[in-house]
Amino acid sequence: MDNDKSIEIHVRNLVKKFGSFVANNNLSFDVYQGEIFGFLGANGAGKTTAMRILCGLSHPTSGEITVAGFDVYKQKELIKKNIGYMSQKFSLYDDLTIAENMELYGGIYGLSRKQIKVRIGELLEKLQLTDRQSTLIADLPLGWKQKLAFSVAMIHKPRIVFLDEPTGGVDPITRRQFWDLIYEAANQGITLFVTTHYMDEAEYCDRVSIMVDGRIDALDTPGNLKNKYQVQNMNDVFIKVARPDFFSQQYTVSSSHLNNQIN
Amino acid sequence: MKTIFFLLQKEFRQIRRNKTILPIIFVLPIVQLLILVHATTFEIKQVNLCIVDQDGSAISKQLVHQMEGSSFFKITASTFSMEQAQQQLDRNKADMIVRIPANFSRNLMQQKQAPLQLIPNAINANFATLSFNYLTQVVQSFNKNLIVEWSGALSPVPIKHISVQARFWYNPEMNYKWYMYPGIMVILITMIGMFLSGLNLVREKEMGTSEQLNVSPMKKHHFIIGKLLPFLIIGMFELVLATLLGRLVYQVPLVGSVWVLSAFTFVYLLVVLGLGLLISTLAETQQQMMFVAFFIIIVFILLSGIFTPTESMPLWVQQFNVINPLAYFMRVLRMLMLKGAGFANLLSEFIYLSIYAVIVLSMATWRYRKTA
Repeated sequence: MDNDKSIEIHVRNLVKKFGSFVANNNLSFDVYQGEIFGFLGANGAGKTTAMRILCGLSHPTSGEITVAGFDVYKQKELIKKNIGYMSQKFSLYDDLTIAENMELYGGIYGLSRKQIKVRIGELLEKLQLTDRQSTLIADLPLGWKQKLAFSVAMIHKPRIVFLDEPTGGVDPITRRQFWDLIYEAANQGITLFVTTHYMDEAEYCDRVSIMVDGRIDALDTPGNLKNKYQVQNMNDVFIKVARPDFFSQQYTVSSSHLNNQIN
Repeated sequence: MKTIFFLLQKEFRQIRRNKTILPIIFVLPIVQLLILVHATTFEIKQVNLCIVDQDGSAISKQLVHQMEGSSFFKITASTFSMEQAQQQLDRNKADMIVRIPANFSRNLMQQKQAPLQLIPNAINANFATLSFNYLTQVVQSFNKNLIVEWSGALSPVPIKHISVQARFWYNPEMNYKWYMYPGIMVILITMIGMFLSGLNLVREKEMGTSEQLNVSPMKKHHFIIGKLLPFLIIGMFELVLATLLGRLVYQVPLVGSVWVLSAFTFVYLLVVLGLGLLISTLAETQQQMMFVAFFIIIVFILLSGIFTPTESMPLWVQQFNVINPLAYFMRVLRMLMLKGAGFANLLSEFIYLSIYAVIVLSMATWRYRKTA
């Protein structure tokens, strides 16, 4: 990543506590403009907590955090204008059609009627759903819903898009198509912050961070991480970081088995 | 403002496609207003009497005959034994025993006091009191006729007596349905308002769609208004439906002004919709919301004086009605529909409900958290 690119997300010493439980323990990282930043970690490592803080959905306990140049303590609503968010839980309205969902979010983000019409046209064309625009979301297969949710999160052309496990439960072909959409967005200069469980997807990211028990234990490009840990793929990087004791035990395990372990 | 328009458009599209809301809007009022009005009547249609005539004279038979003549009373059993009569009462075959003791007519003839025994089944105290009073009236009129008859036979000039003529104001026919109908309307509007608004918001929480809204720059009060207006419109529609139904089916009058009625319903709806929204900002699931809302509605209904006069409650219980919007609205509705009270008479209730609406809606907006 070129360092002359501007910083879109700036995090120093982010701490989030729930009572005595420390969900985010002193996180520090920067995300640059146009970058695809992978945010990895086992279940319960604190990924979603950190992401919700960056989106202004949750208050940090302490730390210095700016998103799109705005402070998360004082300028939450300004941050919200400039970001898109696709949650882990599918959250388009099942009982509205594709076009109606797009229209609603366009309206909420303050687009004019004319802008909304243009944007809906663009997005439908890109997803090749122009002839299905009057279909209810409830009648769509999951993979299509996910792609739609991503498009709706981008309806207002945000600077940063947060994706929380966007490809959960989706078949490999649809996942591949989904990543095409992510690349396309990054090429337009949009910054993407992605959490995922799939290690093959980690390979697609410009840089990845790996969270373990609320800490970031590794942060670099996929290539550098593989060199550093002397392994062939991100799967093994993840296991070396997240379960340092795993390789010391004399296991020979298949890749699919590992995937199960991680999930 | 534009945001609100988009939110309203969304709500109405969802309501139109929702397969349960439409029946609720139409079926609920019809069932409540057509059935419950009859279920809540305190009018007494028939009191079953068991006669124990131990006198067996012409006079005692005349008295029994007069009781039979009243439309309220039906003689279901006659016996000479008090034991058998008591069995009738025990088995709920009779509601009251009328015992005419031996020597009843002789005592009367001798101008002595003639005792008569009435034993009502008082498990339902209200029913017992009412039927006792009705029967006493029959006996009194029988008594009066006897006096007139006998003294008339002695003196050439007919005896003058005070005659009391009662005229019941505001509900001249003492039609219980007229009294209950506004009460049932209040229950209807309260339930529709509180449940529809509250469940709608919690459902968005359960589905996760509220999070997508929270991550947008939408203003909190826009969100609340977007949740309020659709159900305000539905609530006003229910008012029109209920008023028309009352007029058509029961001839319930609307003596007061339609505009005052609409103004009160509008403000009252703001209160109950606000309560529904407030509960749902605190609840995480639809079950939680339902439980709390049911609890509040039942307490408010029973305290409000819809079924039982508040004046008969202990003072400390009555004081709960200060925070019971139902009690105010119910009073207003009865005064408006039956008495035709003008706005000036109801001003304090209007001010009270308006303040209540402002407080509840502010609390709901404040409690609605875009950030956890």
